[in-house]
Amino acid sequence: MTRGTRQPPRPTAFLNARLIDPTSGYDGPGGLLVIDGEIADLGPDLGRSGLPADAIEINCNGHCLVPGLVDMRVQLREPGEEHKETIATASEAAAAGGITSMVTLPNSDPVIDQVAGVEFIARRARETKGTKVYCYGAVTRGLEGQHIVELGLLAENGALGFTDGTKAVASARVLRRAMSYASTFDLLILQHPEEPDLASGGVMNGGELATRLGLPGIPRDAEVMMIERDLHLVAMTGARYHVAHVSTADSVAAIRAAKARGLKVTCDTAPPYFILTEAEVGDYRTFAKLSPPLRGESDRAAIAQAVADGTIDAIASDHAPHDQESKRVPFAHAEFGIVGLETLLPLSLELVHQGRLPMIELIRRLSTRPADILRLPQGRLAKGAPADLLLFDPEAKAVIEVDRFRSKSKNSPFDGRPVKGHVLRTLVDGRTVYEAYA
Amino acid sequence: MTRSTERPAPLSFRHRHLLGIDGLTRDEISGLLDLSESYIDRMRQKEKGSLLLGRTVMNLFFENSTRTRTSFELAAKRLGADVVNMQVQASSIKKGETLLDTAITLNAMHPDVLVVRHPDSGAVNLLSQKVDCAVINAGDGTHEHPTQALLDALTIRRRRGRLEGLIVAICGDILHSRVARSNIHLLTTMGATVRVIAPPTLLPAAIEKLGVKAFTDMRKGLEGADIVMMLRLQTERMQGSYVPSIREYFRFFGLDYDKLGAAKPDALIMHPGPMNRGVEIDSEVADDIGRSAIREQVEMGVAVRMACLDLLTRSLRDNLGS
Repeated sequence: MTRGTRQPPRPTAFLNARLIDPTSGYDGPGGLLVIDGEIADLGPDLGRSGLPADAIEINCNGHCLVPGLVDMRVQLREPGEEHKETIATASEAAAAGGITSMVTLPNSDPVIDQVAGVEFIARRARETKGTKVYCYGAVTRGLEGQHIVELGLLAENGALGFTDGTKAVASARVLRRAMSYASTFDLLILQHPEEPDLASGGVMNGGELATRLGLPGIPRDAEVMMIERDLHLVAMTGARYHVAHVSTADSVAAIRAAKARGLKVTCDTAPPYFILTEAEVGDYRTFAKLSPPLRGESDRAAIAQAVADGTIDAIASDHAPHDQESKRVPFAHAEFGIVGLETLLPLSLELVHQGRLPMIELIRRLSTRPADILRLPQGRLAKGAPADLLLFDPEAKAVIEVDRFRSKSKNSPFDGRPVKGHVLRTLVDGRTVYEAYA
Repeated sequence: MTRSTERPAPLSFRHRHLLGIDGLTRDEISGLLDLSESYIDRMRQKEKGSLLLGRTVMNLFFENSTRTRTSFELAAKRLGADVVNMQVQASSIKKGETLLDTAITLNAMHPDVLVVRHPDSGAVNLLSQKVDCAVINAGDGTHEHPTQALLDALTIRRRRGRLEGLIVAICGDILHSRVARSNIHLLTTMGATVRVIAPPTLLPAAIEKLGVKAFTDMRKGLEGADIVMMLRLQTERMQGSYVPSIREYFRFFGLDYDKLGAAKPDALIMHPGPMNRGVEIDSEVADDIGRSAIREQVEMGVAVRMACLDLLTRSLRDNLGS
């Protein structure tokens, strides 16, 4: 082992920061000390009684120092579609976006439905040495909706939860068995909430615009129907259930009621659903083709409200990189999804700048809650916690420019959008994985 | 060549392409119809003009349509243009990039006008962004078919003298009909009252927001109608559980003299063709010379397409002249 001979990294002290930690509820001035990849000390008085003699001191100039973002839903395209994204490029993009942990969906090629797939992701993540990368396992073999995978074994090897990715588990019988089995090990089941038969063939939100454009629509009800069915299964099985990317007001209402009934249900959304509407599709803009589709204004407002009041637990990037060839085609043939790693923070900050929720609550949605749901130790500023940190300036003005994305793919409807919020530094286990040039 | 001064100029037309009726103003539509009117006589005299001499019109059809393609071909030839017909196999366009590859290839051939039909909504818009010439939408997916709506409007205007104030009932597969969409945009813009009649399975979501009234009872929908516009029911819809059977469809939504009785006594019957006799329309009604304008629609198609080609190539000629 050469490790013992290597010089240990020097302690680093972040001083003059605005510390924000949703777990303790602290939002105020202070400093934070990192030793050996962990948070060794923190608080308003850090440094007054002295720091380790060899500590590197970093002046944060009053900027926000928060737990690094935990992105609970990304598609990394590796293995299988490395021309769109790799774990390395996604990791670089994530670091630039302040994301210190991310979880990839199992819809790669091959599908992550075996232990070898989970191990592959873990190995590639180790080699990349950037952002922490985890994965979900498929619920069903080959995402075919028929036979449940070895949930226990996959979880033992590191799968954080189970989902058929961008496809719903359509069969109530199969999902009931998956939930029932998963509850034995207290595993998390995540669902893409869309009744596939009702949504079949649809390419955008069903409504006036789809009619005008002559495009087949996906009814809003396809989402809440699937959620309500699943909630019955949750009640039957007692499983831990998470609804991915909620996009309609009715879905929010159903989840709110289920939480009030004490069901173990959580959910997330992504920035496009509280910022954009279907109007973005405009003249067949495929960059606005998402799954679930962008909805109308009343749904958008309901999603923003549900993020603010906590019904929506987490905000994920829903990163879905696609190359030009997958998007520069007639709308019906274009792939669903947009890239999101580098825009997650500034877009989410719009809720804070609009006065809809305090900064500490936004950090809870972006970091602490997803970490809780995934049962990861990060997502908090506490002694002994991993030093996964994000330093950012919430007021810095910027313009989203896709050409500057580190992600291999550039499919974003937010290109050219003025935003406020700039990542200054990202640390994973105390290592700086991204640093903005002043 | 001196004839060109006789052509009435549309009041305004600020578009490079004709991709749809949605977005055109009342003046632009009127101008196009007036210009079409001026071409009717010349079309009937089979006179070959020289307006587009030396110009190339390409008919690019990704979907079979002998009637529309022939109509465009005749229109272009009667204006003296060279016409190239390209029929692209549907299978080769499954991969979307082929469309842009095609655009690049075509661009290198320098056509002046591209007439495009494509099975995907929006595909013609996409293509128009990638070529330097003018593009006419000859039907894209279930989106628009602007020249069909213009020829329908021209037919109505010639028979009734106006569009404003008329009650037009469009009956049949509204959900999948680009003809219906273009007609809805055109007729509502021109001040007509438009009703759509279909079983609920063939009515698109929020269709009323396009300014029409929807009916699922044909007699109620036809009540007092000046114009009855029937649409073709594709046979695959009958297999797709949109309607239970042909005979059920014909019983409730097929046009026969009985149902037609609800419309005005002199109501004009129209159909974009080709007709499914005994499915959406009774043969007797379709062939009723006194009431059916179906043959005239086909004739007006050539005049309308001549007008569109004329209008979209004006800037080319102006530039050449200067």
